[in-house]
This record gives sequence, structure tokens and C-alpha cells, in this order.
Amino acid sequence: MKTIKVSVVTPDGPVYESDVEMVSTKAESGELGILAGHVPMVAPLQIGAVRLKKENQSDLVAVSGGFLEVRPDQVTILAQSAEQATDIDLDRAKRAKDRAEQRLNETKRENVDFKRAELALKRAMNRINVSERNI
Amino acid sequence: MASLRDIKNRINSTKKTSQITKAMQMVSASKMTRAEMNAKAFVPYMEKIQEVTASIALGSADASHPMLVSRPVKKTGYVVITSDRGLAGAFNSRVLKAVNQTIQQRHKSNDEFAIIAIGRMAVDFFKGKGMNVIVDIVGVADQPSFAEIKDLTTKTVGMFSDETYDELYIYYNHYVSAITQEVTSKKILPLTDISSGSDQLTSYEFEPSAEEILKVLLPQYAESLIYGALLDSKASEHAARMTAMKNATDNAKDLINALDLSYNRARQAAITQEITEIVGGAAALE
Repeated sequence: MKTIKVSVVTPDGPVYESDVEMVSTKAESGELGILAGHVPMVAPLQIGAVRLKKENQSDLVAVSGGFLEVRPDQVTILAQSAEQATDIDLDRAKRAKDRAEQRLNETKRENVDFKRAELALKRAMNRINVSERNI
Repeated sequence: MASLRDIKNRINSTKKTSQITKAMQMVSASKMTRAEMNAKAFVPYMEKIQEVTASIALGSADASHPMLVSRPVKKTGYVVITSDRGLAGAFNSRVLKAVNQTIQQRHKSNDEFAIIAIGRMAVDFFKGKGMNVIVDIVGVADQPSFAEIKDLTTKTVGMFSDETYDELYIYYNHYVSAITQEVTSKKILPLTDISSGSDQLTSYEFEPSAEEILKVLLPQYAESLIYGALLDSKASEHAARMTAMKNATDNAKDLINALDLSYNRARQAAITQEITEIVGGAAALE
């Protein structure tokens, strides 16, 4: 099967680079699957996992927002933070989750901190899910 | 002429100082290498985001966003990046001088501008002058990760969106090489002069729409400009400190050499005098 080059880059450096058969991820507007030869496209991403399918395995990368740029021969994901499943610090993510949950219980719904805690919780859950591969 | 003991004391204290400056020079050298690596790791991200932003902003005429439009300027924001500590030669004073001059030229009153000061030197300088410092950050790590800086960049870009200021400039030391750094000023917002890295603009499909994408993309782009400047400034800081400490070590060495000479001369004079005294005493006995 034809492959497509994928790179995930963050301000702290490239996180993932490889040739894969299919990229599937969650964009703001819904699930998105990309194969080689896709038309050039740009889409913002949700906080979620990016699945990269190779011959008989698939890699997972946790992405915290950002967006996806597609060209016929290349896919670039630009995110402010991203980690491969194996690089995730599970303990830290769990701690972040507890912290965010605690803050959600304490603050009121209309508070700015509420929104921030909600996002933090989403990011932490995403990391935990990717790390444990239950997606 | 100074006594033997005085000279000896000065030699010892200069030696100790030069040991410290030498150590600081080596610390800065290793920090500079790492800062340079960080700045390099950031380049692919910056290039890509610039390319995409340019393609969208220049490519589709119908896409508009508040960050792309110049509005009448009532207030100007200045981001000033300095270090927390001194002993880095002219590193901080150059930036502060450049900003201060610009402000004196452009503005008549303190209400026309706001300062976002990064680094203790900038904070102390502008607060000491009684200028309007709206955000101050000290204690930025030597190798800042994006996550640490995100709060600052989001806040800074957010204040443009809620019209706290209508344009935003950044002043920092650009790292040219280990021995040259130059003060650079850049206009960050509004993003009126985006240039694409490559000549070819790709025409993209937008999912869901160009406007929705600009909403995510432009703040991220502006934030990464600030982060990039910060990385650049960190590399410059360590380079400047390394050069300053190297000069200090060299000067200490010269001083020690000169002091050694006068020490030897004083010692010789003392010996000669002693011999003369003994000879004189012996001659008197005969």
C-alpha cells in the first residue's frame, strides 16, 4: 500500500516522523482519516489521539490541540504539545487529572478557571488513554 | 610603593576572582550549547507554521481575522526580554536603551504604551522609571519549555484581542554567533507583514472554514513568535555572559602578571636593602 510521510512537530522539537499508510484523528469537525494522495487541506484538531497505521502495527500520539496540514505526499501536525504513547509520564498525567477534577469541584461554572480546568482535565485524560492504549 | 604583603594579598584575591569568572565562563558555554540546540529544535515548527499561516492569510482573500487588521493605535504594547542576572556585558543595557529611546521618541505620556517585561533587569528598569509595566515575569528557566511559557504568551496575545493595546512589538537580543548578538525589534501584532518561507503558496481545502482555522492558527502563530524570540534571547544571554566572563578572566591574568612583576621587584629591593644594611653594619665594626 502507498505510504504517506507524517511528522508531528511542537515548539520543543519534532515528536514523531515516519512513513505510514493511514492517519486517523479527531478534527474539530469530526473524525478524519487520511491516506496518501489526499487533497491539500488544513483542519484544527481536538485534544485527542492521532492513530498512525503502518503495515501491521499502529502508533499512537497524544496531541493537545493544534492543527493538521495535509499535502498529497505529506502530513504535518503542528501542536503546542504532543507525546508518543511510550513517552507519556503516566503518573504526572494522573496527578494532573486529580488536580483538575478537584478544581472543577471547587470553582463555579462561569469562572474562567473552570474552563481552564476543564481543558486540563481533557488533556490529562487524553494522555492517560493514549498511554494505556484504550482508544 | 606597596608593601610585599599588600601585593601578595592582591595577587591572591585576583586569582580567586579569575577562578570564579573562569568557572562562570565554562558554565555559560555549556548552557549556550544547549540553548542553541533548543533554538534549533524550534525551527521546523516555526517554518511550518509560518508557511501555513502565509498560505491561508495571503492565499484566500475572503479569510479575515482581527489579528490581520491594523486598527487605530491608542496604546502600544512592548515585550522586552532581558535576563534575570547581570554579568553579561552589554546584553541587558543594549535592549533597555533601545526600548527606552523608542518610547521617548514615539510617546508623549505614560498612558500611550504598556510594557511586558521578561527578566528581572527589565522589570527593575521600567518599574524604577515609573513606567506602565502590565506583566512582569522573572525566573524563566535557562532551558524554557513551551509549556512553561504558554501562560505568558497566551496572556500577551489575549491582551491584543481584548484591545488592551492595539499593536505589539518585541525587543530582544538576536543570536548571530557566539561573539555577536544584536538588538532586534519585531512587530508581532497585528500580523500585517507575513511572508512565506517558500515562493509557492499551496491552495488548501479548509475544514470547516478558513475563518475557523485562522481563529486557532493566528494566536498559535503569534505565541510561537514570542517563544522563538525568548529562545533566541536565551542563547544570546549565555553567549554574552560567556564572552564577558572570558574577558574578565583574561584581564585578571594580565593584572596578575603585572602584580607578579612588581612583587618580584619589591622582594628584590628588600633583599638588596638587607644586604646593604649587613655590609654597612660589618664595615662599621671594623
